[in-house]
Amino acid sequence: MSGICDMTSILVAQDAPPLLLHVLRLADTALVLGHRLSEWTGRAPMLEEELALANAALDYIGQARSLYDYAARLDGRGRTEDDLAYLRDTPDWRCWLIAELPNGDFAHSVLRQFLVAAALQPYWRALAASRDATLAAIAAKAEKEAAYHLRHAGEWVIRLGDGTDESHRRMTEALEDLWPYTGEMFEADAVEAALVAEGVAPDPLALRPAWEAMVARVLAEATLDLPAPCAWMQSGGRRGVHTEHLGHLLAVMQHLPRSYPGAVW
Amino acid sequence: MSVVALADAALRQRALAAAGAVADPEIPVLSIADLGVLRDARVTEDGGVEVDITPTYSGCPAMGMIAVQVEAALLAAGLPAPRVRLVLSPAWTTDWMSAEGRAKLRDYGIAPPAPRATRRGLFGLEEEVACPRCGSTATETLSEFGSTACKALRRCTACREPFDHFKCL
Repeated sequence: MSGICDMTSILVAQDAPPLLLHVLRLADTALVLGHRLSEWTGRAPMLEEELALANAALDYIGQARSLYDYAARLDGRGRTEDDLAYLRDTPDWRCWLIAELPNGDFAHSVLRQFLVAAALQPYWRALAASRDATLAAIAAKAEKEAAYHLRHAGEWVIRLGDGTDESHRRMTEALEDLWPYTGEMFEADAVEAALVAEGVAPDPLALRPAWEAMVARVLAEATLDLPAPCAWMQSGGRRGVHTEHLGHLLAVMQHLPRSYPGAVW
Repeated sequence: MSVVALADAALRQRALAAAGAVADPEIPVLSIADLGVLRDARVTEDGGVEVDITPTYSGCPAMGMIAVQVEAALLAAGLPAPRVRLVLSPAWTTDWMSAEGRAKLRDYGIAPPAPRATRRGLFGLEEEVACPRCGSTATETLSEFGSTACKALRRCTACREPFDHFKCL
């Protein structure tokens, strides 16, 4: 085969050392969620939210760029941030499953924003004290953005939950759909354990109580019932086992650089 | 100080002056020095000048343009082999915006950020923002996000004018 479609995929996450894998997990989650948010452009229910979702998308994609740039340097094989974003296939991605789920309606999207930002803000705050100077710098920046996302999305969860019968019903449905995907945000494996021991990354389990308290408070304000702790949670994204949705997302996101390698604006 | 060190210090000052005069592409009334986006400059080992800039937001799309404009400004000022370096740490804060920058922003019709970055949490109190046109503090949020990542949209309930507010960060 020759011509414009002969660009082969690259493998980065497989056999990656702990720090690189950790940075990829953060980067992949940020980019996939940023891409999902960008899908709202032109379709948001009102102009203000159109701006809000696009701005939040920009924050996530900006965070992803800093993280991929660092991952490419750690990888040390001459790859760029774009290679990491555009040339990896589904099994090499390490994002949280909750990030790749389709947007659903506005209630689903804004609830996901809230659940994820409530986990990421304390995570970035803790990571800002990392012994890894690059990660600490990226985290200090991202924390400020996550705080703003949390406020924006949290206010919407309250407004819709404590709104009309219709908005309350949609929020309840979104909560039922998304809840089984929240457990993955607090998983820790050998990769985390190694980095926690070195003072490079915080222990996600230690951050869970703060997330639970924030979620309980907002859901109570929103007159939504806090779901019972699930006996079973969805899991797999951090190991490269994804929902069917990620492949479709990557097909759209990677189409141009894969079909026209080296294309520039 | 040696002669070389003095010459380097003079080059650094020239680099800071030239780069600092570059206008922000989104808010042209402000220079990148007013904004606090320009962080530092130095003379490198090869005798070139290197200028540090920092983004206001991780995904700020203006950074690429600012970097190009800084390089062009340094070249125009006759500075040797200019380079621009993007630094993330310490993270940019509105505290770095100069008093002059805040005044320029207000005159331009954008409410400046509070002098000391305060951050309203999810259940925190609403911050007080004065209308840049009539000065009334009877203003309300229209949208948490505005025309650029660094701005929110508000409305004055006294003079009824909508206005941009440079968010505190």
